[in-house]
Amino acid sequence: MNLYREQILDHYKHPRNFGKLTGAHVSSEEVNMSCGDKIRIEIILSGNRIEDIRFTGEGCAINQAAASMLTEKVKGKSVAEIMKLDLQYVEGLLGTTLTPSRVKCAMLPLEAIQKAIWTQTTQK
Amino acid sequence: MFDSKKIRSDFPQLDRKIHGKRIVYLDSTATSLKPQSVIDRENEYYTKYTANIYRGIYTTSEEATAEYERTRQLAARFIGASLAEEIVFTRNTTESINLVMYGLSRTNLANQEFVATIMEHHSNFVPWQQITTGFGLPFRIWNINASGQLNLNELEKLITRKTKLLAVTAVSNVLGTINPIKEIVRAVKHLNSRCLVLVDAAQAVPHMPVSVREWGADFVAFSSHKMLGPTGVGVLWGRRELLEEMKPFNYGGEMIAEVHVDHTVFKPSPHKFEAGTPHIAGVIGFGAALEYLERLGMEQVRAHERELISYAIKTLDRVGGLTYLGPKGSRMRGAVFACTLQGVHSHDIAQILNEDNVFIRAGNHCAQPLHEYLGIASTARASCYIYTTKEDIDALVEGLLKVKKIFA
Repeated sequence: MNLYREQILDHYKHPRNFGKLTGAHVSSEEVNMSCGDKIRIEIILSGNRIEDIRFTGEGCAINQAAASMLTEKVKGKSVAEIMKLDLQYVEGLLGTTLTPSRVKCAMLPLEAIQKAIWTQTTQK
Repeated sequence: MFDSKKIRSDFPQLDRKIHGKRIVYLDSTATSLKPQSVIDRENEYYTKYTANIYRGIYTTSEEATAEYERTRQLAARFIGASLAEEIVFTRNTTESINLVMYGLSRTNLANQEFVATIMEHHSNFVPWQQITTGFGLPFRIWNINASGQLNLNELEKLITRKTKLLAVTAVSNVLGTINPIKEIVRAVKHLNSRCLVLVDAAQAVPHMPVSVREWGADFVAFSSHKMLGPTGVGVLWGRRELLEEMKPFNYGGEMIAEVHVDHTVFKPSPHKFEAGTPHIAGVIGFGAALEYLERLGMEQVRAHERELISYAIKTLDRVGGLTYLGPKGSRMRGAVFACTLQGVHSHDIAQILNEDNVFIRAGNHCAQPLHEYLGIASTARASCYIYTTKEDIDALVEGLLKVKKIFA
């Protein structure tokens, strides 16, 4: 298993959609206490779809690459579609299967995204 | 003579190959490997004289009781305690500390204060934070200086006539700092003779000579599993009069002298704190661990680790961008190195080292307040013990250079 492939390292070193988003409709923050991963997601919704999304935070390469890749993929997707995404999907993006200790790192960004939009949709 | 090659042959796990390569175990601060003699001793109880202790009027039960109590004697001697009765067996350091915390919570704590250092492991931090929160009492923190050490002059501001207890670690599991416990206790008692001092010695007793009498503290807690012994066994040493007056933590069998419908008379300490069937096999196995370390000599153990520390400090220097926490010399630190590497998260360091069977720990090592105080999210920690060699440190450095290359 080669976790540190070019693509993951590229997303880690040059994260896409990194930074603050002005005028965000929803946001959420997730922390992984045991390893110190931290992520904040900000989203602009257009109706039921994600129009724009950005993230800030710090974490390991897996965590940051997963956030970078996910933010690229979820743009334009509907809330219902995003709520269906799971570990298998994230592993697909990363192009690898993960050991149990790394699943948390990889899933933190998706959990943050889902929490943000879920809060929004349940509030409606 | 400290023969690490001979020592390594006592540890069966060091023979294991993963993907055809040897194991470089650098996480002894989390738990130590076990020598064959400990495994055999524990196994012997299960194969030759399994029986409950104290109650059987038959040979095997008496054998088990004798072995269990012999470990208590060994533990007392190992830490320079005056009496075996001052040794309470618990599950681990955490339970030892909680035993004291619950005991104190049954006394009148009105207007009392508690102090803990910022470098405490969660196990010696959260109990005191919780008891003070629960009773609405002040909880003061003793911070560290830039080199990761405690300044004794600060005690004047922290210890008042109301301070009930100071919680302090003997050796930090992150910084490696060795705290001058004897001097700390003396300073505390000078400011408030009734203030209790509880020492978390989980990282001290396995690595250096410790004498609780010399320290002069009131409670000392440590674990078997960090010093070659089985998991699930901890020790609380307490001054006899304090243990006698403290209320039990658990109630039930084995800890009682008489039980009537309307009242119970407890056994004296330590038995009143050991309710229920204890980890008999574990305690007996712990006896073999104490004997193993006694044979080596704790002065020699410390000398071996100091040599490793000096070597590690020198070789880690080769890795540009690497910083390790804590004191810089070998005199006032233990053989544990919590490192940060510029631009790389500790998880990634640990994962890449794992590819070459170099096992280290990543995260905040149950010391989140310390990491927050230092403004560091996490560190990659390598730690040594009696079986660690310079080749292990070389493998660590090689691994770190590989990490740098991948993330360059």
